[in-house]
Amino acid sequence: MPTEQKTDTVFSKELENFIAEWKEKPGNLIMILHKVQSEFGYISRGAAMKVAEMLDIPLAKIYGVITFYHFFKLNKPGKNVIQVCMGTACYLKGGQAILDETAKHLNIPVKGVTEDGMFSLESVRCVGCCGLAPVVVIGDEVFGKVLPEQMPEILANFSE
Amino acid sequence: MAYKHYVLVCGGTGCESSKADDIFTNLKTEVANAGLEHDVQVVKTGCFGFCEKGPIVKVLPEDAFYVEVKPSDAEEIVKETLIKGRIVKRLAYVDESGKTSAVPEEIGFYQKQMRIVLRNCGLIDPEKIDEYIARDGYAALEKVLFEMTPDQVIEEMKISGLRGRGGAGFPTWMKWNFTKQVESDVKYIVCNADEGDPGAYMDRSTLEGDPHSVLEAMAIAGYTVGANQGFIYIRAEYPLAIKRLEIAMAQAREYGLLGQNILGSDFSFDIEIRLGAGAFVCGEETALLASIEGKRGMPTPKPPFPAVCGLWKKPTVINNVETWANVPVIITKGGKWFASIGTEKSSGTKVFALTGKIKNSGLVEVPMGTTLREIVYDIGGGIKGGKAFKAVQTGGPSGGVITAKMIDTPIDFDNLVAAGSMMGSGGMIVMDEDDCIIDVAKFYQEFCVEESCGKCSPCRIGTRKLYDILTKISEGKGTMEDLEQLKEIGEAMKRAALCGLGQTAPNPVLSSLHYFYDEYLEHINEKKCRAGKCKKLITYTINDNCRGCTLCARKCPVNCISGEVRQKHTIDQTKCIKCGECMKNCKFDAIEKR
Ligand SMILES: Cc1cc2nc3c(=O)[nH]c(=O)nc-3n(C[C@H](O)[C@H](O)[C@H](O)COP(=O)(O)O)c2cc1C
Ligand code: SF4
Ligand code: SF4
Ligand code: SF4
Ligand code: FES
Ligand code: FES
Repeated sequence: MPTEQKTDTVFSKELENFIAEWKEKPGNLIMILHKVQSEFGYISRGAAMKVAEMLDIPLAKIYGVITFYHFFKLNKPGKNVIQVCMGTACYLKGGQAILDETAKHLNIPVKGVTEDGMFSLESVRCVGCCGLAPVVVIGDEVFGKVLPEQMPEILANFSE
Repeated sequence: MAYKHYVLVCGGTGCESSKADDIFTNLKTEVANAGLEHDVQVVKTGCFGFCEKGPIVKVLPEDAFYVEVKPSDAEEIVKETLIKGRIVKRLAYVDESGKTSAVPEEIGFYQKQMRIVLRNCGLIDPEKIDEYIARDGYAALEKVLFEMTPDQVIEEMKISGLRGRGGAGFPTWMKWNFTKQVESDVKYIVCNADEGDPGAYMDRSTLEGDPHSVLEAMAIAGYTVGANQGFIYIRAEYPLAIKRLEIAMAQAREYGLLGQNILGSDFSFDIEIRLGAGAFVCGEETALLASIEGKRGMPTPKPPFPAVCGLWKKPTVINNVETWANVPVIITKGGKWFASIGTEKSSGTKVFALTGKIKNSGLVEVPMGTTLREIVYDIGGGIKGGKAFKAVQTGGPSGGVITAKMIDTPIDFDNLVAAGSMMGSGGMIVMDEDDCIIDVAKFYQEFCVEESCGKCSPCRIGTRKLYDILTKISEGKGTMEDLEQLKEIGEAMKRAALCGLGQTAPNPVLSSLHYFYDEYLEHINEKKCRAGKCKKLITYTINDNCRGCTLCARKCPVNCISGEVRQKHTIDQTKCIKCGECMKNCKFDAIEKR
């Protein structure tokens, strides 16, 4: 992890404008972090430092917030993020088996990233399609009524 | 302009995941190819509730109801139903008994439902404000602004008897009245769309299918209590709902229904969206407000209540999505009408997300006081795969189980509390004989351990202790003292935890302990899990059906099956990790699980 106090992370024009627009609004930090994460897929130390600089608030405050909320990621995720739902409905219908099978197939643990950076695996709590349980979300595509043995085939479509 | 036919395609998240988008596009193309674009309108709506059978397509005025539609079915729907006026039998819903129902009225799933909250879901295009207005939308806002005083609005809400749908069932009019009575230059209106109960999605579907109903209600409350700014706090995990809210807000501003001087009155009100970030505790109102303020979402002690001292210390009305969605109808149809629905102390309807081991899983809206039997059997179609009903969990991680014995209890706020559960937001999870009550209690407790914010020790330490004891029991290492401990810790947490999360976290444990004591005893005394879920307590053995095909030995990930070709095989129990691979692969029914 870099130790320098200046950061060379570059934000897009759009992101910079967004921050400028929100800068004076009370309670802006979480919204800004969402925007940072949607640009980079995670919040790097450099990005957090840059936000601290732009908003003129302590870095510790930013880390306090990032670490409190499960949604924010500190590490770079894979190109395709696989979310296996482990909400109650999906759990009862075999979510665990899907999670296990996927982990086995990709040879990574939950929260891990494959070596080639193509996939990362997460378990999430209810994505709101419980009628289709068990559910897997890859990127923004939702797969319902998934069987563990279908996972390799589903993943193959994302491998290119 | 009226069309001759309307083709409604479900655009809820469930159906969108099964190519509803392509169905929509194909239908439009087919309609154009047939030269019918002036007679037929294809509309993408919100969730029909019957997500299990999605994607759903409905044709009006014929009321033809099609399930599990594929993009390639578009042509047939246009040619048969739109041109020839015939039902496509192949796509109609077929129930258990083989009866085909082509219209929703004939389908058991819809017969006992009553749609107030979901009145527009599956009927209108949620991205078009005109369709909402055509169904009496914003009439309630107009009525309060020009015909009612704030006191009259409060009175109407009081008559309606509407109680909060986010969990505790607090009378909505009282909250509004507290805020109204406080003198303050600034007040806020907040919509709680955090929907944290894992296994519930009522709020998501309401926002996706009818976002304007919530915006309208918030403006009505703003006028009533004297607030000019609203916030919708919504889970970041609900991108489609967020998008539809943004579209709805922009259209409402354009129509002068949000913003300065609404409809030319001297009332101004606007709404902003704030995203949650995956913390269950942020559904709790004080934590939610802290989160909107951009802080860590930690609860604060009540009082002071948000109604008096809330967002940025200003008086704040905070209600749940479903509570909001009821408000406009109460204003247009009257509080008396609303109070006539449901039971005496719980008026109106409730939306439940019926999931788990049920045939027709989906969103159901029923009058309060409907029995569990009606929901599970008449609407839900009973248990999947002919298994036996075991229990229903309501209230998610804060609730408890309702057993077969109580299946005829009318469901309302007070009966659920009396049964040791709670309404919660409306998750209803059906369990069958294959589900282990201890495993489920452990599942919820694990959730609470992860979601406890750690601010107070009864919850931080208590949830962890409960979880550890449940784990011990599930591994066959539990003792009778452990059961006493569960009760003691649970009761202590109820009294001492700072917020609702910790106070209710023991509920799933205590309620299952109360109703399924014998199952706990079995795990402890007989080291047995009758559902076969607790891995440490099951054993796989090979019986005399074994032909010695060696398949299982090759599949076993830890190589613990041995035997000669064409001889009976055996499992080394000390090495078996109970993965079940052998049983899944054996073609001769030779492997038993106990
Ligand atoms: C741990 C916890 C989680 C909660 N989660 C939610 C939630 O996801 N959605 C919700 O509307 N209310 C939730 N509540 C209830 C809110 O604190 C609050 O009572 C509700 O938003 C009030 O609105 P209502 O009166 O319309 O029900 C939760 C409460 C607790 C203690
Ligand atoms: S009860 Fe739990 S979630 Fe609530 S304040 Fe205490 S530690 Fe935090
Ligand atoms: S797969 Fe079945 S039949 Fe074949 S060796 Fe194993 S137990 Fe025997
Ligand atoms: S359950 Fe799994 S580990 Fe045990 S014998 Fe069968 S395949 Fe091997
Ligand atoms: S529990 Fe998996 S989508 Fe709700
Ligand atoms: S999402 Fe289509 S019916 Fe629920």
